[in-house]
Amino acid sequence: MMSQQEFFELADRYLRDEMVKEERSSFESFCAENPSFSAQLTQHREFLNNLKETQARVDFKQQLAQTAKGYHQSHHQAQVIPMKQTKIVSLWAKLKASSLVAAAVAVVAVFSTLWISGYYKNIDKANTDYSALKRDMNNVKKDVNEHNAALKSINNKSTKANEASASQFGATGFMVSNNGYVVTNYHVVSGADSIYLQNNKGESYKAQVIHSDAANDLAILLIEDVNFKRGKALPYTFKTGASDLGEDIYTIGFPRDEAVYGQGYLSSATGYAGDTIAYQISIPVNPGNSGGPVMDTKGNVIGIISGKQRGIDGAAFAIKTKSILKALDEIPADSLQGQVKLNKKNMLSGLSRTEQIKRLQDYIYMVKVY
Amino acid sequence: MSKISKSNKLQSDEQIIAGIQSGSSIALDAIYELYYPSIAHMIYQNNGSEDEAKDIFQEAVIVLYDKISKGNFELSSKLKTYLYSICRRLWLKQLNRAGFGSVDIRGYEDSLPDNDDIEQHQELDKKFDQMEHAMSLLGEPCKTILHDFYIQNRSMQDICEKFGYTNTDNAKTQKYKCLQRLKKLFFTQ
Repeated sequence: MMSQQEFFELADRYLRDEMVKEERSSFESFCAENPSFSAQLTQHREFLNNLKETQARVDFKQQLAQTAKGYHQSHHQAQVIPMKQTKIVSLWAKLKASSLVAAAVAVVAVFSTLWISGYYKNIDKANTDYSALKRDMNNVKKDVNEHNAALKSINNKSTKANEASASQFGATGFMVSNNGYVVTNYHVVSGADSIYLQNNKGESYKAQVIHSDAANDLAILLIEDVNFKRGKALPYTFKTGASDLGEDIYTIGFPRDEAVYGQGYLSSATGYAGDTIAYQISIPVNPGNSGGPVMDTKGNVIGIISGKQRGIDGAAFAIKTKSILKALDEIPADSLQGQVKLNKKNMLSGLSRTEQIKRLQDYIYMVKVY
Repeated sequence: MSKISKSNKLQSDEQIIAGIQSGSSIALDAIYELYYPSIAHMIYQNNGSEDEAKDIFQEAVIVLYDKISKGNFELSSKLKTYLYSICRRLWLKQLNRAGFGSVDIRGYEDSLPDNDDIEQHQELDKKFDQMEHAMSLLGEPCKTILHDFYIQNRSMQDICEKFGYTNTDNAKTQKYKCLQRLKKLFFTQ
């Protein structure tokens, strides 16, 4: 009979397949003969299998734990990067409101600056082919004249040329009453710092805008200069009725520093784009003619030159006298300094054109806007 | 580690299963890389914490291991779906245990119908726990002797030399005593 220890020793060798053939078969037959040992062998085998499986499972668990640890560590590190991103995101969240406000302020600033600086007005003007006829004093020709004048004035020591050199725009204006009221275009005097009116004798008077009518492009000026002396009564009258097509008309204006006569005819009863407050006239006009009177053959003022249409030959426009009188009526009594008394007596009607012009010239001014 | 798993990425389910069978750590890396994020997401979405997600996933991998080591494991679906449904059921169980009552898990992935994989796993867990416990109670040098002899299949000669026994018979006696102790610990639990 073998001991328990001896049996398990054999069993181990049997299970580990270390027995030679004869030994193996003798052990198997021994087990077959002794059921109790056979049962022990079975139990032993199961136990060892269990042991092995358990050990393998423990090993696997360890490996798994290690893998998990490694994965979660690297995964955690990977999460650190998005956390850095969330700092930026949170920074953005914090500053979003302020940056939006800043953007809004910037937009408002840009557009209001453009608006204030008259950018849109310029666009508007550029988009129409209507051009107002005020003269830009800063053009080259003018500059040349200025230089010549300056050269002269060095000798003459006159200050007039210096004054002229600073002027921005030039145009024309004419008297509506002999106590110093002069009419010109609104576009001439809008945005003006100061306005001087220069007559054909070269005398310059300071004037104030006492009424402006942007819709009709009219401005009423009043000469406020101590040197200004009330002249004789106006030789011309104002014709409020409609004038006929084809009527012979003329104007005197200051497209340059000297008065320039222009002659033509009334070509249409309406102005630019069917504007009923104006006539279309066919007189060669140039920048600087704005504000010039449009006279008929009898010496009546029938309008005031305001602009012309670009790209169309001989299409100039004159605002009807009616609008001038309306503008005069609209002047608040407070701002009037002396009544505007319109002349009723025409002293030009019988005269020749050249005589008419001679008489007229004293009442037509070059408007210099600074 | 992630670099290794990237360079040796295991793509197919069969490769991963074979890897687990052979005890490859690359297979485990692949399992984590491929399947952990969506399962963790499912558990976060259903009142789970990060640690709970980690535990559930780990347990699910052990379930898979048990299935594989039992032999003739065949996937009836994608490995992803298999793991997902195991995790789903494990988490559902845990929620119910925690007294959430009968809850359902919202999820966006396909899930397999219930089977007894988890029950089997729990039985195995119990059985292996017993043995594990018995082994942990076993002190040195018995633990190492048994491990060397039965698990690593080392010869008695080696063990004799390693532990400094004067002859193999002494070593054999020691081994026998150790085995008897382990059996006693295991069966009397």
